[in-house]
Amino acid sequence: MKYQSQKVALYYIYGALALFAAQILFGVVAGTVYVFPNFLSELLPFNVIRMIHTNALIVWLLMGYFGAAYYLLPEECETEIHSPKLAIIQFWLFMIAAAAAVVGYIFGIHEGREFLEQPLPIKVGIVVVALMFLYNTTMTLLKGRKTAVSNVLMIALWFVALLFLFAFYNPSNLAVDKMYWWYVVHLWVEGVWELIMASILAFLMIKMTGIDREVVEKWLYVMVSLTLFTGILGTGHHYYWIGTPGYWQWIGNVFSTLEVVPFFAMVIFCFYMVWKGGRDHPNKAALLWSLGCSVMAFFGAGVWGFMHTLSSINYYTHGTQVTAAHGHLAFYGAYVMLNLAIFTYALPYLRGREPFNQQLNMWGFWITTSGMAFMTFTLTFAGVVQTHLQRVLGMNYMDVQDQVALFYWMRLGAGVAVLIGVVLIVWSLVVVPRASRAATRISQPAE
Amino acid sequence: MMQGDIQKQPILSLGDTETPDDEASWGGLEHLPGHPIMWVLILSELVVFGAFLLVFSAVRIGDPAGFAQDQLQLDRLAGGINTLVLLTSGLFAVLATKAINEDNRSGCRLWLLATSIFGVIFLIIKLMEYTAKFDAGIGLESTTFFTLYFLITGFHALHVVLGLGILGVVAIWPSRINVETAAAFWHMVDMVWVLVFPVIYLVR
Repeated sequence: MKYQSQKVALYYIYGALALFAAQILFGVVAGTVYVFPNFLSELLPFNVIRMIHTNALIVWLLMGYFGAAYYLLPEECETEIHSPKLAIIQFWLFMIAAAAAVVGYIFGIHEGREFLEQPLPIKVGIVVVALMFLYNTTMTLLKGRKTAVSNVLMIALWFVALLFLFAFYNPSNLAVDKMYWWYVVHLWVEGVWELIMASILAFLMIKMTGIDREVVEKWLYVMVSLTLFTGILGTGHHYYWIGTPGYWQWIGNVFSTLEVVPFFAMVIFCFYMVWKGGRDHPNKAALLWSLGCSVMAFFGAGVWGFMHTLSSINYYTHGTQVTAAHGHLAFYGAYVMLNLAIFTYALPYLRGREPFNQQLNMWGFWITTSGMAFMTFTLTFAGVVQTHLQRVLGMNYMDVQDQVALFYWMRLGAGVAVLIGVVLIVWSLVVVPRASRAATRISQPAE
Repeated sequence: MMQGDIQKQPILSLGDTETPDDEASWGGLEHLPGHPIMWVLILSELVVFGAFLLVFSAVRIGDPAGFAQDQLQLDRLAGGINTLVLLTSGLFAVLATKAINEDNRSGCRLWLLATSIFGVIFLIIKLMEYTAKFDAGIGLESTTFFTLYFLITGFHALHVVLGLGILGVVAIWPSRINVETAAAFWHMVDMVWVLVFPVIYLVR
């Protein structure tokens, strides 16, 4: 850690990890409801559990991006954060807004619009948080060195905030409502979040492989081009059956098929950089998360996305467990692993120590990743059976749910494995072994 | 530097003889004219237009009679004229590149202007075609043939518009690499039309 103000990233990383644990806990509870339908039904209805599971995910990922930005911007821009104090106020405001939203959900206060359930005052709070963040980081960027990594990251974060504004527009016509809803949901995860992913991976590769910045930046530009080229019109794959004109099927088919390409480019990029660099970075766990992120994102977002992106297939599969399978592995592979990669990389520097608990962290990696992979398989099988029984043979929805119960049991098992893995990961990142504390204080790394 | 952030150190060569300079290059894109990132865009465009034309041809196999009937309503003369217009503009783009290679900035600007004027003529003819279709009651959702016709030619026309923007920007700063980059994009637009025209208008 070269700059004192990078320390504010610690708030965000710990905050994100706390919400991560809560998200997985609620995931396991939701998975339990799938096999014991009345579990907690009086206390916490399933829709609320699901809301907390998905909202906590989004919030902690965003919190992770904020933390990543506060960590890497000073190093990229070679200057301190414009206002560390503002960054800390921003953190607490975000945390309080998130907590208020969750408490509200438990008491049934929400807008009911999937993923954008936050009541209006919370949404306004999110915008205030975003403005504080963008002001602080943009001022930092403007006064310092401008690199491709920091420019791409900041442009992406600006668009994250701008696209969120569509969450305020909620037309009464359901088709129009959904159309704008995807402006937030799709253009985040298959657009600007991918740019965040590419820029953070580029930062990690520069730092850990020793490859020249110039080379990494060229790859970054190619990944950005491919993402925007495919991802924006790829929105078409959400416009197949919501009442939008039929030509969207043609646009969605062609462009969303190509959305696999940028994810594949990221796999090639990461492995090629590590292979070319040929250096052993001491933080092996961070390297494992970075490489794992590119691979699992390719499978989760790329392969599992392509599986049901063609309209002729999606006609049968949309809204089944196939979607759930894709959603879980895509979020885990692309964005959860990305955050864990930068956390694992940054924490030893932020705490002024040699990389710690690497074995534990890597056990966490393998257990969680295996758990998520198994969950994805079970949900995929459940989805295929469901599609056939429900959409082809025309069985009733609830009768079909009985038929796929076995898969839900296996999914719960996978979820418990994921929970165990997450406990290991969080423990390995947060708890520094006592013995190594004083002995291994390190000096500031030089760029 | 204890903790291994390794930068600006010699890169280990794992049995191969590449120098860091080679690795810093754009690989296969390095020696193409214009900016390499433009070629990433051009290749992406070719994949997309290629996919659309394949889809068009594949759907036609399923409904040859319907496609033939709809195709008769297309204005082949306008399409033919537009082909000549766009090819001519491509020639002007070449002449602009040639001028800038001879350090003739004003000549280059004139040729860029000529390229743009022919691009505008293309768009006017295209617009007249579209208007005639709409007047005849044919729209984006009339038949699969016309959905694909409007999508493919519409996407292409949008690229002509984008190309005009690029030509305009380059005319303000006519460096060699800028002009070559714009010309590369313009030739792509040109070439895509040369593929679109026969597949949609002519093939029986």
